[in-house]
Amino acid sequence: MNQQPVPLHDHGQRRPMKKRLWWIAISPTVWAIHFLACYITAAVWCEKIGEGNLRPLQISVGIYTAIALPMIIWVGYSSYRNFRRGDPPVPFDFDDPTDRTHFFGFTAFLLSALSVVATLFTVLVFVLVGSCD
Amino acid sequence: MNDPRADRLLKAWETPKGWRYWSAVNNSEVGLWYTLTAFAFFLFGGVLALIMRVQLAVPDNDWLTPDQYNQIFTMHGSVMMFLFAVPILEAISIMLLPEMLGARDLPFPRLSAYGYWCFLIGGVFVCGSLFFGVGPRGGWFMYPPMTTEYQDGIGPDIWLLGLSFIEIASIAAAVELIVGALKCRPPGMRLNLIPLYAWYILVVAVMILFAFPPLIAGDLLMELERAMDWPFFDVERGGDPMLWQHLFWIFGHPEVYIVFLPSIALVAMMVPTFARTPMAGYGWIVLAAVGTGFLSFGLWVHHMFTTGLPGISIGIFSAASEAVAIPTGVQIFCFIATLLVGRVQRNVCLKFVLAGLATFIIGGLTGVMVAIAPFDYQAHDTYFIVGHLHYVLIGGTIFPIVAGFYYYYPFVTGKQLSERLGNITFWLMLIGFNVAFFPMHIAGLLGMPRRVYTFPGGMGFEGPNLISSIGAFALGTGFLVLLWDVFRPKGKQPLVPRNVWNAGTLEWSGEVPDQPWGIRSIPIINSRYPLWEQENLLADIDAGNFYLPDAEEGRRETLVTSAVDAELMQCLRVPGPSFLPFWAAVFTGGVFIFSTYHWWIPAGCCSVLSFATIVTWLWTGTAEIPEKETKPVGLGQSLPLYVSGPAAVGWWAMFITMLGDMTAFISLVFGYFFYWTVHEDFPPEQWNGEPVVGAGTIWPLVSVGLAVVAWCAVVMARRLNREDHSVGFYSSSLLAVAVTVASGAALVWGPYSNGMDPTVHVYSSTTGVLVLWTVVHLALGATMLVYCIARRLFGKMDAKHDADIVNVTLGWHFLMLTVAITGSVLALFPWVA
Ligand SMILES: [Cu+2]
Repeated sequence: MNQQPVPLHDHGQRRPMKKRLWWIAISPTVWAIHFLACYITAAVWCEKIGEGNLRPLQISVGIYTAIALPMIIWVGYSSYRNFRRGDPPVPFDFDDPTDRTHFFGFTAFLLSALSVVATLFTVLVFVLVGSCD
Repeated sequence: MNDPRADRLLKAWETPKGWRYWSAVNNSEVGLWYTLTAFAFFLFGGVLALIMRVQLAVPDNDWLTPDQYNQIFTMHGSVMMFLFAVPILEAISIMLLPEMLGARDLPFPRLSAYGYWCFLIGGVFVCGSLFFGVGPRGGWFMYPPMTTEYQDGIGPDIWLLGLSFIEIASIAAAVELIVGALKCRPPGMRLNLIPLYAWYILVVAVMILFAFPPLIAGDLLMELERAMDWPFFDVERGGDPMLWQHLFWIFGHPEVYIVFLPSIALVAMMVPTFARTPMAGYGWIVLAAVGTGFLSFGLWVHHMFTTGLPGISIGIFSAASEAVAIPTGVQIFCFIATLLVGRVQRNVCLKFVLAGLATFIIGGLTGVMVAIAPFDYQAHDTYFIVGHLHYVLIGGTIFPIVAGFYYYYPFVTGKQLSERLGNITFWLMLIGFNVAFFPMHIAGLLGMPRRVYTFPGGMGFEGPNLISSIGAFALGTGFLVLLWDVFRPKGKQPLVPRNVWNAGTLEWSGEVPDQPWGIRSIPIINSRYPLWEQENLLADIDAGNFYLPDAEEGRRETLVTSAVDAELMQCLRVPGPSFLPFWAAVFTGGVFIFSTYHWWIPAGCCSVLSFATIVTWLWTGTAEIPEKETKPVGLGQSLPLYVSGPAAVGWWAMFITMLGDMTAFISLVFGYFFYWTVHEDFPPEQWNGEPVVGAGTIWPLVSVGLAVVAWCAVVMARRLNREDHSVGFYSSSLLAVAVTVASGAALVWGPYSNGMDPTVHVYSSTTGVLVLWTVVHLALGATMLVYCIARRLFGKMDAKHDADIVNVTLGWHFLMLTVAITGSVLALFPWVA
């Protein structure tokens, strides 16, 4: 047996957010909130207030996007810096117990990229569709 | 082997014998029963499909009456979705996940057993209705008003109550699987090392947690309409059938991924084994699983493109439907890449994997077609959709599961399935499947509608339908051959060698034949494929050189580790065999089943009995104070036997359950606002000449105020308990109970004193359902406090062992939120609107 015993969990020690599981869920969550905000605003506007004029709707979606996109990009950028400190991840990435941080960084970066694309898809609808109907 | 440690361990994990066998709660037994039961329901659903194909083989067929046909197609969809696709993933996961993680069992074995018995009872009840001709007839999506106004009999009630019951079991399993994947990993298995299967199951279990509650909320609304005449979907009284469609598809679309991802997870376990190489792009696959999980919630409206929603809403959901193709594609590319890099071993298993991938890609392509709204307007409700969804579900779900049967059969039985029969099965299924479902696309494009019991001749539908029926029978024959292969006696066949496929993951570390202890000693893991990469691992496991090689006190124990880095945290004692979960499920089932027939007295008796059983179960089986604080677990380390707060698995279970509960509640609130957006007269001034007043402003706010007091008292009670101030604890808890009752009374008094009759208008019924939900939760909150008081009185809780009150306080945070939302919506929103 050449195994070293595994350390005990230290309850007192706080870990930075980038080392917690939900770090990777931030970007998709921002997408989800943005998506819901767009949907609800569009639904309320088209059913309750709107008289064919989409300008105010487009402006509010613009504001949501101006908040959401920088958040996703920030998560993506700091995750990118996190995983670039390691070796490039192809094709068999980070199969090493110490590489947990790189793994988080890489996955969070990929999820941020996906969230950016999905958010832009949503925004595109408001740019291209000119009316409620 | 003459190791006294091994003997003690074996004794602790022994499977009960004789009739007591059915009291087993260990994951290997429950998982096996679960899998076989789900598979039996699958065969039942398959027979229903064949009956439909006979009926549709020729035009103007009158073999089945329209009523029979409607019951059969409804039951086929419901059985396949609710009794096969979701339960099979839970079944397989309960069986495999602990072994993959080197855990002795999942953290709440009795909860899995309870879930299983609920599933069996509910499933038999729902399927049985067909034999009495009273089955539901509204399609597996149960759209009102067909299912509320135009259907007599108890069919829809059977569907609503029977399946809600099963959904609750699914949520129980989801809680179990999330806590299992996060907290019961072997030491050292950091998040970047866990088997991909566990990642997928984690994502899927979280999806279940957010997808099923909206459907349960919808079921509640529809059952209230059917049983109590609360008009949620009745247009006459301000209701709207579209609310059901929203709630149903918020569940229904993620559901597709809930059934698809676990099968892909099986593929992710098989591909590296057969390619003899680690999975390429581990991080990419995690991205795909998590990304698909999120995006799939943004797709529900694509089932509602033709219901007249604003074009811009359709656009948003169309965009999300296109976006989800990205992560789905990514994981398929990773599998293909792995297969290309490795030296592939060909066998039946791999053939099914490849067939599944190919079929799924075809189904995915037609899926992208229908995600485009204009195409969907054409194809909607035609056989094109039937073809598409079967390609996705059979390709994405059933073929991988069949592959999984071949792959994991030796794991369960120690024997192997026949390659020769396997090849016959494979070709029958693959050809039969394509012959059955490809012509449906053509029939659909020709204009054949879904859900019709027959069709007229001379419109070009005869050819495709006859071919489909022939293909369906070939597919069915394939399943028969598989069935024979699985159940044929294999007494003479030798046992397979250990780790028969030479796989790299921990579930294959078991001896053949397998021992009930799960694993001889729980290893330290430092790679993704420990059996390939960690030297001497099996020998050390067998020699008991790792953790928990012994059971000195004769108790069942497993390790609890931290969620991210899998550092050691606790030695968890898990409960052993018991009939309590069985009886709890029987009585819970009684409540639902008797309610279907409106037999309120037996239903009431059952609810009392089920409450008593569940309290007994909690009282005797949870948060037990151990005889010593810590115990040595091996390798010179000692771990606590009792922990409370976020370190404890019970705390996680509470937190996760409350998230699901909150989701159901938010769905009800969504309903309230939904009526406001789509209706001019919500809240209405008057109805039929009578003024409709709301809940008023004062009383709901009084209720919120009282709940705040109660909540503070609960938090105080937790602190006083921790300071060992028992008088303070008792008085604070009793105060909280009293104020909770007052808060509930105030909440009911508001609408009651204003003469709000829930049957008058959807405004009064939505108010009613929010009040009902909140009051039931307040009652639960009070009960939990009484439980804690009793625990302390009987010495089962003290200042150091306070898991009960800590978990109850956590539940109370959510309860507080519920009351606050209900109170402020009822009191304040009518002013805004
Ligand atoms: Cu869908």
